[in-house]
Amino acid sequence: MLLEVRHLEVHYGGIRAVAGVDLAIAEGELVCLIGANGAGKTSTLKAICGLISSRTGLIRYAGEDVSYAPVHVLPRKGLVMVPEGRGIFPQLTVEENLAMGAYAHGGGDPSAQYDRFPRLAERRKQVAGTLSGGEQQMLALARALMTRPKLLLLDEPSMGLAPMMVTKIFELVHDIAKQGVTILLVEQNARAALELASRGYVMESGSISLEGEARALLDNPKVREAYLGE
Amino acid sequence: MTNWRARPAVRWTGVFLVAFSLAVLPFALAQVGTTWVRITDYAILYILLALGLNIVVGFAGLLDLGYIAFYAVGAYTYALLASPHFNLHLPFWIILPIGAAIAALFGVLLGAPTLKLRGDYLAIVTLGFGEIVRLFLNNLSQPINITSGPQGIARIDPFHIGDFSFSSYQTIGGLTFSGPIKYYYLLLLVMLGVIVINLRLQDSRIGRAWEAIREDEIAARAMGINTRNLKLLAFAMGASFGGIAGGMFSAIQAFISPESFILVESVMVVSMVVLGGMGNIWGVILGALLLSFIPEVLRWTVEPIQQALFGRMLIEPEVIRMLLFGLAMVLIMLFRPAGLLPSSVRKRELTQETL
Repeated sequence: MLLEVRHLEVHYGGIRAVAGVDLAIAEGELVCLIGANGAGKTSTLKAICGLISSRTGLIRYAGEDVSYAPVHVLPRKGLVMVPEGRGIFPQLTVEENLAMGAYAHGGGDPSAQYDRFPRLAERRKQVAGTLSGGEQQMLALARALMTRPKLLLLDEPSMGLAPMMVTKIFELVHDIAKQGVTILLVEQNARAALELASRGYVMESGSISLEGEARALLDNPKVREAYLGE
Repeated sequence: MTNWRARPAVRWTGVFLVAFSLAVLPFALAQVGTTWVRITDYAILYILLALGLNIVVGFAGLLDLGYIAFYAVGAYTYALLASPHFNLHLPFWIILPIGAAIAALFGVLLGAPTLKLRGDYLAIVTLGFGEIVRLFLNNLSQPINITSGPQGIARIDPFHIGDFSFSSYQTIGGLTFSGPIKYYYLLLLVMLGVIVINLRLQDSRIGRAWEAIREDEIAARAMGINTRNLKLLAFAMGASFGGIAGGMFSAIQAFISPESFILVESVMVVSMVVLGGMGNIWGVILGALLLSFIPEVLRWTVEPIQQALFGRMLIEPEVIRMLLFGLAMVLIMLFRPAGLLPSSVRKRELTQETL
């Protein structure tokens, strides 16, 4: 297993946002974590990469216990997160954003990213804050790829995008996974996420309520009723 | 636009002209009066302070309203180690690094508890920190007399290397060097060093990481940037420049008291950075020069102008000086909100808002 999470709990003051989550992702998998607003998906993701310190439980990454590892060492080990709302540097240009992505390795060549995202190549010198939402999401993905990830944690990449752009972004995620990057995708757009992923977890008020093959989850009457609106 | 940079001849002529004018400047000013050489010395001290604060505010984006505390730490370190107060007379080239180190330590002391604070909250805590340091200096005369309290420390040693003292008159090769002129050259040297360090920092890996922290701290962490250490480093580096400037201030003044390190001084340095252009080294220098010289020019012109216009003094020079000064600041901030010479990134920020 590339990532193993056991009994993860996150508390915000008296509120238990994540109540004992167990997750496991093998190398090369594309796994999705779906659930309603406030189910604890983002908290789970942030806890995995150390952005939340008030957590208990075990997190193993690449055979190593990283439960107490400082946030900044994980990207160097290949565990990279694309935060919700993209988290690009709005005042820097596309080029500078990508350079920042290579920080963990002390530099890198962005040409592979420009090949993958031709739209970004055209806007190389443009200030990132002036890009459209979809382009910003592309930039966030490209910047994360500059960190040479083994495991990519994506937090709602489709949020606030036009339907066409959502399709485009999911295609890109699919391509990235095909090239061997393991991905944990957190999504509210349950159908799209399950169609893309090989396996899925369903989260409900802080814990995992269902898990299994993505196909099976798509056919599961409970999932269909609660998350696919049927 | 940058054509002239490509031509080495033009460039070197430019460098030579600037160097030449900086070299003869104190003698030209001495013709008007030694006071102006002294004022220039203080202006350079303010440039050092503004460049130090620029690291914290301009590069790392951490608003610090208590910056003058590090100046105070440097000044008192020098005063205590080179004055009859404790009867210690260490040479300046030993004390200045000590002062810088102690100031850096204070910078970390301020930075560590405020790591999670930003913007207004950070500003309030740093403001409190500046006052705490000043109040300590004011009250550390009992039970053991360390700082002499509000009376301050007098008869502080000037800088000297062997028999060469920086405070006395001396004639070398037909030129008369007064104390302020000698300090001017030393200050100029230190300033050049600090400018070079700042320029190198800006384009370094550290500088880029600071930029990322300023833009979006969460994203910076997700990129593998150790935000804790880099923020502490910004505080420590900024503080150490303040400490060095403080030590030199102490020696030039020969007397210091807590009154030199009041809140207004911190505000002044922040104003220099903001007015000149946060994050742009040349802008910050311009800001420091303007805010050092404008009040002095006003000091010497307000009275004669009033006499000439009205035949008597209508408004106290001190009052009208601050009035005009405030007006100038308001106007500059209205018409050039990113500062007189904005950094390229800040310029983007503002043009974007007006889009």
